[in-house]
This record gives sequence, C-alpha cells and structure tokens, in this order.
Amino acid sequence: MNTANLATYNFAYLDEQTKRMIRRAILKAIAIPGYQVPFASREMPMPYGWGTGGVQVTAAILGPDDVLKVIDQGADDTTNAVSIRAFFQKVASVAVTTRTGEATIIQTRHRIPEEKLKPGQTLVYQVPIPEPLRFLEPRETETRKMHALEEYGLMHVKLYEDIARNGHIATTYAYPVKVEGRYVMDPSPTPKFDNPKMHRSEALQLFGAGREKRIYAVPPHTEVVSLDFEDHPFEIQSFENPCALCGAENVYLDEVVLDDKGGRMFVCSDTDHCEQRCASGHRGSLAYDGEIVR
Amino acid sequence: MTIDTLVFTGGFREPVFQSQSVFRTLMDCMARPGTIGRIAPAVLPPPPLGAMAGAVALMLCDQDTPVWLTPGLAGSALPAWLAFHAGAPVTDDRQTARFAFIEKAALLPSLSLFAQGTQDYPDRSTTIVVEIEAVEGGRPFRLTGPGIRDEAIVAPRGLPDLFAQMWSENRRAFPCGVDLVLTAGEEIACLPRTTVVHPLEA
Repeated sequence: MNTANLATYNFAYLDEQTKRMIRRAILKAIAIPGYQVPFASREMPMPYGWGTGGVQVTAAILGPDDVLKVIDQGADDTTNAVSIRAFFQKVASVAVTTRTGEATIIQTRHRIPEEKLKPGQTLVYQVPIPEPLRFLEPRETETRKMHALEEYGLMHVKLYEDIARNGHIATTYAYPVKVEGRYVMDPSPTPKFDNPKMHRSEALQLFGAGREKRIYAVPPHTEVVSLDFEDHPFEIQSFENPCALCGAENVYLDEVVLDDKGGRMFVCSDTDHCEQRCASGHRGSLAYDGEIVR
Repeated sequence: MTIDTLVFTGGFREPVFQSQSVFRTLMDCMARPGTIGRIAPAVLPPPPLGAMAGAVALMLCDQDTPVWLTPGLAGSALPAWLAFHAGAPVTDDRQTARFAFIEKAALLPSLSLFAQGTQDYPDRSTTIVVEIEAVEGGRPFRLTGPGIRDEAIVAPRGLPDLFAQMWSENRRAFPCGVDLVLTAGEEIACLPRTTVVHPLEA
C-alpha cells in the first residue's frame, strides 16, 4: 500500500486516540446487542446528518486491506455515497467497489443490500436518531430508564394507535425491533422491508449516530424481531410489478417519475443488484436493449 | 535487559496499522464467540505479561482507561511500560478499572469484584484480558448466544475449574457484567457477557 501521500492525515482521518475510544465503544456495543453506547463523537469534515456516525465507525475499523462499498438508499451513485467513498479513498487509499459480494465493509444509509451478506462482512449504518423511544419520550433520562427497566409498553401503544387510526401498522421505515429479546432498537430509517434481513444475519452490523453520539451493534446470528401484535403480525411491503429494468421480484423498489403526465416506473432501489441482474441477461418491462452510447 | 530498556521498548512499530489489525481480529472474535483469532502481536511487553495481551493493552488503553493489574503484573515493569506506550493509569480499584489484565497462571479474581456497569449504563464495565495456557486442549465448553449460529465448542486450557459457574453468575446479571478476552501466544478468543457457557464432559 502506498502510504507516502497520507502524510497530511492520519490513516482514515481520525487520530489514534479517537479510534481507540470508538473501538472500545464498538466492543461494548457488540457485547450488549441493541444497547446504545455513548461515545465522544468528533467533528467530521462533513455536516451532521450526512453520515458522520457511520463515517467514524468505518474509519475506526477500516484497514489497508479492506474493500469498501458505500450506498445511499441502496444506490452507489448518489451524492452521499459518492462523497463518502471519495473521502475514504483520499484519507485511507482504500480499495472501493460497488459489488456487494466483493466488499468487506459496506457503509449504508437506509438500506440493506438485496444480496445476502456473508460471514466476514461488516455493515455500517448511518443513523440519524438512534433512540427508538425519542419521539414518544423526549427526555434522555426517561428513555434510559425505560431501556433499563425494559419498559417498552409505550412503543406498543404507538403501534396500536397506528392500528386504531389506519386499520394496520402504518410505520413503514425505522420500524422498531427487539434484539435478542432484550433491547428495543431503531434499525435506522431503513424500510421495514429490510427488517427480516437483520435477523440472524451472517454479517456484523454496526450503527453509528454522529450527532446523537451513540454506537450500537447487532452481532451475526442474533435474534432481531420486529414488534407486532398476534392479530396484526409484522408484514413487509410488497410490490405489484417486478423491477422495470431487471424484472427482479421480492426486492425493494423505488418509484421514478418519467414525465408530467403521470408516467412512472418502479426500479430496484439496490443499484448494484439491478446492474448485475441486467448484465446477466434479465430484462424488465422498460429495459433498454439498444447500444449504450457513453 | 534492564528495567528501563523493558519499559521503553516493545511497543507497536507501526501503531496505526498494527493496532488496526489487532482490533479487527479482536472485533471479529467478540462478534463471533468461539472463533479463535490468530495474529502476530507485534509488541513485546515486560514479563510476565504475554505479547498478545500486551498488544490488546496498547490497542485499547490510553489516558481515559484506568487499568487494574494483578499483584504479579503490578510489581513488574508493566505499569511503567503502559504509562510510556499508552499513557494508561494503573488503579487498585477494580470498580473504576476499564480494563484488567491477568497473566498466565495468576488467580482469576471473582468476576463480580470488577465494575459491572449499571442498569442505565451497562457499558461502564470492566473488560478483563486473561492469559491462558492455550485456546485448545482444555476442558470443552459448548457456547450459545448472539454471534453463534447454533453452537460453538471451545476448550481453553488454563481457566479456573469453577469457570462455568463463575461465568453463569456473570451471565445472570445481563445487561450488566464483564466481558472476557482470552489470549494465548498468537491466539485470541472472546467471551462477551451474552454468551452462555455449557460445560461438556471431557
């Protein structure tokens, strides 16, 4: 690895004392799955809300042999993903990829890749509000006590009120989960479609919330159960039509507006999954089969 | 070698990269209890502390982490070595220690004497680094819990005879409790507080 050009930064931007502090928090987070470990979040060269928590976790675990993938709402080519990927290329000279299967660390904003994750991979989530009870109880002292006493009735009341108002649980993202039968955890604003992928995942899942200064984790093979009721079981979103580009079914789709006459298409939110399927010959209803001029 | 030489030598030659690779190995072992990590420790702490435990100390300890040492380690050149390389203070108080180090064949104190964390802040507990004779070849245990697909079998050699009982008491306090890092030679294994240890007949 060429380290000669890194003189102006420490490897991976953070200083070593900060990395040690974050590493200690990560180890505690792994030992207490779903519990939010406070950490001394640093100022990063990007605004809060742009994934400073995820960036700090990635910087603390990243090594020169890693292959990094960054996604934003499933896409490798949106602003947040591109700039974070470029950041780590600059400060750590790390190899990057868009292929889920080739990555050792995947930093994600609000999606879990469609491709099944493997042992040895680490998924790092960018988390805006780590406290699932925060919108029900604004006081940190109270939510901390509620977690300590395992007092999660309020969360069930919220889901019940959804049912009373709408006839079904209307929470579609940041859907609360219970980890290993103990802590209720915010899975970050992923669509609830992704919740089942967290359950007994092969990959280690780390969550970093920079502004809120919390790190939490779900080790591999850990129970992650979405909260629900016996008569209103947890359900994931379903889509009427497959992806318009690659024809994939049972994946999470984004709506794309095509014109001002009501035209729209639904395509895979996971761009890597879609590209790989297109490359292997799968075709959806709106797939383009002509020659691509670049 | 004189005491001074022992104190000022034996740190990471490339702290950034060597501590990162030790950390990744440790993190993988903590996330997957029963996994045995192998890595060259790359440090040389003063005896009687072993190299792997020394690498864990330099990788995780600094001025923010009071360290508790067994009498055998406290009487060695180790406190000065930790002060020089990591800036970590040594404490006599197990309750304030963020890390504790137990050298090979030293008595493992009752786990409940160390900081357990509180119900509000279960992360404020001691992580205990225990040197054992070997990570294999001892009395077998079956492990279950987060990070383990079905079960894992480990047979660390050099743990106290009553270890399974000590650990089940620690396990009962969840989410409070201590986490263990076991080291031997170039090998490392972890027992986070979530892991359930079932003794097997040898």
